[in-house]
Amino acid sequence: MTALRSDHEARPIIEPYIVDDDQRGLFRVNRKVFVDPAVLARERRHIFDTCWLYVGHESELTSRGDFLTRTVGGRELIVVRGKDNNIRAFFNTCPHRGAMVCREKQGNEKMFRCFYHAWAFDLQGKLITRPGTERYATDGSDDGIHDLVPVPQFDHYRGLYFLNFDRNAVDLRTYLAGAIEYLDLVMDQSEVGMEIVGGSQEYGFAANWKLLCENSIDGYHGGPTHATYFDYVIATGGQLGENLVTVSKPHQLGNGHTVIEYGAPWGRPVAKSVKAWGEQGDNDTAALRARLEARFGRERAERISYTNRNMLIFPNLVINDIMAVTIRTFFPDAPNHQNVTAWALAPKEESALMRERRLYNYLEFLGPGGFATPDDCEALALCQRGYNNLTMAGWNDISKGMKLENPNIEDEFQIRIFWREWNRRMSPGAQAVVGDAGK
Amino acid sequence: MSAGLAGTKSLTVTRAQLEDFLYEEAALLDAWQLEEWLKLFAVGARYLVPPAGSADDVDSATTLFYVADDYHRLSERVKRLGKKNAHVEFPHSKCRHLVTNVRILGGTNDGFSATSNFVTYRSKRGVTETYLGHHLYELCLQGADIRITKKTSFLDTDNINDQGKVSIII
Repeated sequence: MTALRSDHEARPIIEPYIVDDDQRGLFRVNRKVFVDPAVLARERRHIFDTCWLYVGHESELTSRGDFLTRTVGGRELIVVRGKDNNIRAFFNTCPHRGAMVCREKQGNEKMFRCFYHAWAFDLQGKLITRPGTERYATDGSDDGIHDLVPVPQFDHYRGLYFLNFDRNAVDLRTYLAGAIEYLDLVMDQSEVGMEIVGGSQEYGFAANWKLLCENSIDGYHGGPTHATYFDYVIATGGQLGENLVTVSKPHQLGNGHTVIEYGAPWGRPVAKSVKAWGEQGDNDTAALRARLEARFGRERAERISYTNRNMLIFPNLVINDIMAVTIRTFFPDAPNHQNVTAWALAPKEESALMRERRLYNYLEFLGPGGFATPDDCEALALCQRGYNNLTMAGWNDISKGMKLENPNIEDEFQIRIFWREWNRRMSPGAQAVVGDAGK
Repeated sequence: MSAGLAGTKSLTVTRAQLEDFLYEEAALLDAWQLEEWLKLFAVGARYLVPPAGSADDVDSATTLFYVADDYHRLSERVKRLGKKNAHVEFPHSKCRHLVTNVRILGGTNDGFSATSNFVTYRSKRGVTETYLGHHLYELCLQGADIRITKKTSFLDTDNINDQGKVSIII
């Protein structure tokens, strides 16, 4: 095996993370990247501490004083809509002794008070009261060091809020790059704004987080892994093959982001009907398409309505616009375990009946009780368990479609996009090994 | 306590009768006899699992649940779990459903409601997951038989990070 001298940091000579051999049409991933605690430590530093990470959607905080607490990138946050109507994110730790200031999952407050010594902060994070403040040499009001600490960068695109722990990172729009076009295809589904449907699905499972990145944009596994889902679609009046569109295309969006676009047999709330929705469904979706056509023209209206999109925004945000729209993010708490949070996104003005169809659609496929997601998680857990053999069987293969000019979504083009960006960030100054390594 | 049933004033169900019914349900689930288990539901019944930590009044029309099955999808769920291609439950996990704190809550329009606490263990590949919470039942009588018209299983934890899925009937 060819050894690779690593970057300038003090790091021993190790095997490459990936083998990217264009000549042979071979792409391999070293299974150590799924099990090695040193790799996870490096990911925290070079990926989670430098990339834009999804925090939440503006519709989760509708009124001034609305707040939620959330764990993002291993940090505890308070996200709050201030008196000035701006949304901010602070580290949920008291500047005094460090206790988490806010203990509720969500709510509405005029101020945050740490219960330990009763320091209190306004919605802008500013210290407003401190018992016995007259006994301090400094008054604590104007130096900033006694306030809640804001996250280094916090910004949004069309209501989707992200943070960056690196204050030198490029701005959010630059980072999102080509993903903007596909975010717009989702956000344009409403004339007044999209909203998170109440509740979230929070679940964990025993597999490395990068396996879910792969799985979320993997068109290759659908048939074998989700056979029972497609059985169900047929039993419920869906017709396989009636996809309206024949596109099957992965796209490179820059900065490691990628999306697959394709037709599928399921109904889409915006706006493709299926038999199970009856004539009413045909009428409802036709009306929605007519509105879209008036706003965007026929071509874009049909693209929004008929085409499905699974998008990965590097490193760990998945927005799938499929039989419903799901936002999903996930963080490792160990090399072999991750925690997922998933939400449903919908147009605010959606009718009660279409909302019902949307949630019905969502739950038949997605989430911990769906007919598909549990089988995905099982597959990924079996991969992770399989890596117990890595000293004897050390490499994953991601080569499908590598020499093809027009890869489709059942190839692994889009998964290679993820890995190349991951490798670039993890190995600054080093190239993936090209050639005969990784036998 | 027993419940007087609207429209069937002469009929009552005792807690002991209900407990027998719920223990029988748990035994069918432990044994993976899901086709038999489905027969405990009235046609048109619903089966729901709201997100962990939900209040009893949570509504599947406005909140993203884990499971919100109508009778058709519940029947399809049972079919799916019998297939080898339901990968997460092939081979079937070992399950043990414990049911306790059974209370009849009172009569409803066409039957009665009841609650129980539960702990369900699911064991597979050397890992045992624990689901804990309470069930809310809406029930009716068909002849002398108790039947479920709606079952909601509330998970009384913050999340399911340790369990990861609701792939079994809890």
